[in-house]
Order: sequence, then structure tokens, then C-alpha cells
Amino acid sequence: MVNAILGKKVGMTQIFADDGAVVPVTVLKAGPCVVIQRKTREKDGYEAAQLSLIELPGPKRNTQGMEGHFKKAGANPARFLREVRLAAGTEVKMGDKVLVDQFAVDDTVDVIGTSKGRGFAGFHKRHHFGGGGAAHGSMFHRAPGSIGASAFPSRVLRGMRSAGHMGVDRVTVRNLKVIQVLADENALIVRGAVPGPDGGYVIVRKAKAARKRAVAKPKAEK
Amino acid sequence: MTVLEKIEQQQMKKDLPQFRAGDNVRVHVKIKEGDKERIQVFEGTVIGQRRAQNHSTFTVRKISFGHGVERIFPLHSPVIDKIEVVRTGRVRRAKLYYLRKLKGKAARIREDRSEQEASS
Repeated sequence: MVNAILGKKVGMTQIFADDGAVVPVTVLKAGPCVVIQRKTREKDGYEAAQLSLIELPGPKRNTQGMEGHFKKAGANPARFLREVRLAAGTEVKMGDKVLVDQFAVDDTVDVIGTSKGRGFAGFHKRHHFGGGGAAHGSMFHRAPGSIGASAFPSRVLRGMRSAGHMGVDRVTVRNLKVIQVLADENALIVRGAVPGPDGGYVIVRKAKAARKRAVAKPKAEK
Repeated sequence: MTVLEKIEQQQMKKDLPQFRAGDNVRVHVKIKEGDKERIQVFEGTVIGQRRAQNHSTFTVRKISFGHGVERIFPLHSPVIDKIEVVRTGRVRRAKLYYLRKLKGKAARIREDRSEQEASS
């Protein structure tokens, strides 16, 4: 079984829990996906499956190379194509379907997306610098402050945090709880926020490192 | 209908009474104490509504032992057992925030009898 699926962020809303608590959730359209290529240890050095997200309409144009690549798996061309790693010996063939029903309520998942672009962002936004006061004659507002000493070392040290391009990065959010699985809608509802804009592509996988929870010790029998 | 709309629709109650700002309502709230559940009534004037699908809310204001108390309820919350409209008020605004500055006789709202007359 493939432990991941490709999807699209639909948007956020809220859901009432049974006790009336409001739960913030993100709705994801997850799958259906098709396995386009199978990478094996013998041939490629690692085990993986290349998935494509079935979407309508598909891409308007394709290169002949991609056309052939999809044809091999007997699938229609798709816009979003990603590889997911598999455990050795997983039985997955080209052309296999991957669906949301692999996830169950209360599972934890990791969601990988591309964060929203912020353009050329200043220090405040990009590195959470404090900045200066706004009023009372303060002449230091949003500037970075000192970026190093003068005569020695006479240069700016490497890795100094600075203003620059922010966003459009691959971001992973770990251990989101699955609230609902809507198999007939191919939708997945997870608790909390997911990187990227509505309509952005995401990869959902079973949580790699489950959050450590305090486990109640079994009481010693008397 | 998109998936998102469908999910929001599912969360919404369909049997809510119609009320608006200026109305006097009794909100029956379920309260959990340990494993027992009881119902508490919060009665007051609706001073505003936020209409937003499943996350709609309304604000109820009452004077409790001389102090103004306001409570914001999520309209579709399962905690709300039922809402009774006690009295419909005649007001010309959607949000009655001006009531916060008034007290006693000045904070009264005229009753809207138009609907009752029409029905009788």
C-alpha cells in the first residue's frame, strides 16, 4: 500500500465537536491518484512510486515525452506528478489507483505544500526581528540594525539573516489529525492549517514521526 | 455545490427560529458538570448577528444584578439546545451597540406588534 496521496487544498472552515468545541479544519481534495512509474532498488537504487493526481480538465498541452510516459501506465496526462517513497517489497504496480480510503479518522498525517509567496520581504516578516519604536521621535523603525563589526572582520559574516525573497518554499506540517474522510467526495478533512493558497497542490502522507504522547502507565496489580 | 459548502451545510441547523437584532430571546444552553448535563437559560436582547454559514454567531445582552452582560453564541453550536423568541423589538439598526451606553428607561426597546396584528 502506498502511504501517501496527492491532493489540492480546498479551503478552511470550522466544525463543531460533539461537546460544542469549535475545531478549525482544512478541507483537502485528495486523489484519486494513479501510479505512473514504479522505481525499484534494482533499477533505480531506491523504492518509490510516481503518482499523478487525476484532475479534470487535464493539461492542455504536453510534450511528446510526457505523453509517452503517461501512456506507459495507461493513464491520462496530469498536471501534478510526484514521487513517494515506498517500503521495500511493497506490492504496487504501474496503473494502480491510490485513494483517500487508506486514511482513517484519528490518523495523524503530514501535509506538504508550497507556501504562499511574500515577494521581497523585510526583516520583520521574514525573520521576526523586533524593529524599533514607531513614535516618540524614534528614528529607527523597520531597519535591521547592526549586521557586524567594522575593522574586523571587515565583511558580513556568512548566513547573516537579511531581507529577501520569502515564501514559495516547500513546507511540511507534521502530525495533523484526520477529522473526517469523505471517500465518495475524495476529500479529507484535517485539523489545523496547511501551507499554501486555496487550490494549491499538496502531498499528504501518513505521519513519519508520530508526536510523543504521555502514555498512562498500567497500574500495578495489587 | 463545492465540497467545502457541503461540509458547512451539514454543520448547520435547519430548525432555527427567525429572530433579529432588538428581539428578546431565551437561549437554552447545555452545561456539562462532570458526567451530568443540565440546561441553563440566558435571556436578553439580541444586539447583533453575524451571518456567515456555519460559523454564524449572535450576541445577547442582558443586565444581571446591575451589570451589563453580553454573551456571543455560535448559532449552530450543539451546545445550544433551543432558542425561544420572547418579544420582537422595533429597531432601525442591525447592530445595537448603542445600548451599551444606555441604562434603565433609556435602554428600552419598543415592541414590534406589526406581525402579531397581521396574524390575528
